[in-house]
Amino acid sequence: MSKLETEVTRMKAEDYCLFYGNFRALNNISIEIPTNRITAFIGPSGCGKSTLLRSFNRMNDLIPGVTTTGTVYLDGRNVAQEDVVELRKNVGMVFQRPNPFPKSIFDNVAYGPRLHGTRNRSDLAVLVEKSLKRAALWEEVKDDLHKSGMSLSGGQQQRLCIARAIAVEPEVILMDEPASALDPVATLRIEELMNELKKNYTIAIVTHNMQQAGRVSDYTAFLLTDENRAGNLIEFGPTKQIFTTPSDSRTEDYISGRFG
Amino acid sequence: MTPGIRRTGIEKTMKMVLMISALASVLIVLLIFLFTAKEAMPAFREIGIGKMLSDTTWRPGNNQFGILAMIAGSGLVTLGAVFIGVPLALGTAVFLSEIAPLWVAKIVRPSIELLAGIPSVVYGLFGMVVIVPWVRMIPAPGNTGYGLLSASIVLAVMVLPTIANISEFAVRSVPRGYKEGSMALGATKWETISRVIIPAAKPGIISAVVLGLGRALGETIAMIMVIGNSVILPTPVTSNPLSIFLSRARTLTGNIAVEISYATGVHESALFATGVILFILIMLVNSSARFLMRKGARS
Repeated sequence: MSKLETEVTRMKAEDYCLFYGNFRALNNISIEIPTNRITAFIGPSGCGKSTLLRSFNRMNDLIPGVTTTGTVYLDGRNVAQEDVVELRKNVGMVFQRPNPFPKSIFDNVAYGPRLHGTRNRSDLAVLVEKSLKRAALWEEVKDDLHKSGMSLSGGQQQRLCIARAIAVEPEVILMDEPASALDPVATLRIEELMNELKKNYTIAIVTHNMQQAGRVSDYTAFLLTDENRAGNLIEFGPTKQIFTTPSDSRTEDYISGRFG
Repeated sequence: MTPGIRRTGIEKTMKMVLMISALASVLIVLLIFLFTAKEAMPAFREIGIGKMLSDTTWRPGNNQFGILAMIAGSGLVTLGAVFIGVPLALGTAVFLSEIAPLWVAKIVRPSIELLAGIPSVVYGLFGMVVIVPWVRMIPAPGNTGYGLLSASIVLAVMVLPTIANISEFAVRSVPRGYKEGSMALGATKWETISRVIIPAAKPGIISAVVLGLGRALGETIAMIMVIGNSVILPTPVTSNPLSIFLSRARTLTGNIAVEISYATGVHESALFATGVILFILIMLVNSSARFLMRKGARS
């Protein structure tokens, strides 16, 4: 069984609180995301797991009225003091609904690299091919790179979005319920892909599907709202331990399907 | 009569009444076209539609009824209005939907709607006392301030609400996922707007512009007040080709409005013919907007 103490921390939240106006959505979260592992955030709807995930690449900055206390770190640096463009280049994101741009498959994958200064057509072609291969999509689309990304199936679209995130060569990939809009076969492909990706990337995934968390993740964090509807981290540890011998009775109740 | 039969009777009557109301507008469009076309027939027969469209000389006393100069006038003033108005409208639309804080949008949006409600004769007055004196300051031979440039500026403001409103709707309809996806890849707000949001909203923006074109072509009174109304084919007044906009001109609509009160015979019929041509032109423009919008909705 993996042990947290032996892992290299890639990202970290420390005494992290997040407020929507006066409403406290996250309460004093401290968690470490280990390198080259898959960390799953589970918990019932509204427990703040997506909000926590979005704190790692500062996507919550886009929401008016959000304030935070505490600190989030990437490789020991406070992300609040980082250039947000640089941060998001290092911490990629895949969303719940596949959201390819209404552009060609090639232009979707090349979007990020172009932003960050890769203009040369052949460099881009190499990068696009590499990213699509890593996202296990290359074989299916290699002859149709000029076709619209929207013409793909849902599962292919989501892998295209993964390729798009990989193309900027991030260290961390955040996945916000990446398979919840997909059918079981497409879901399985995404899960296999995640296992492949963790060799090169650090992955944090939000999922409402506990079997999925059990199948793919190395570590699991269980979040739950308290009586003020603020999200708290109840328990964090190796996935096996959380699923077999949780130390908190609320974790056990949730895992065994007694609520949520 | 049993209540059952009476109720079916009402049902049927109401259906008819509602259908007739709905068909009324279709009928009115048809009637307008038919009666205008009927009045235009003598002109089309005696002058010939080809001659009307290709001849630049409009001299009713001389039995010369070429409207090419007016077509050029309408075309140029519309082009000018698009050049000035579209960037302004697009900027407004993007600002309102993507950048403006709520309270700013709450002030700006009603002001734009107010702009749409101002009577066009008031735009004409504004053009005469503000725009024309400004344009007059451009040193060029024979420049009185009245002409295509002043008219284009006034027209640009008049079509601004149409284009800004519909474009804003198009920009707003871009799925939030595109924006988030772009920002999450490290794009700045402006990169996201220019590389993802505007391209995604393009079909809507194009149809907004085309609808604005339709409006611009039909504008009458404000144009009469600032464009100078000389029936001449506009030409550059200096060596700079852009100085064509300092030329006086007359629009198709202005031609009808200025002369209809005293025209008789073929002259009168020729004005109706101008109306028919204008009608067809605007219909073409509007249906192409509809086509573009549908094409955009499908992709």
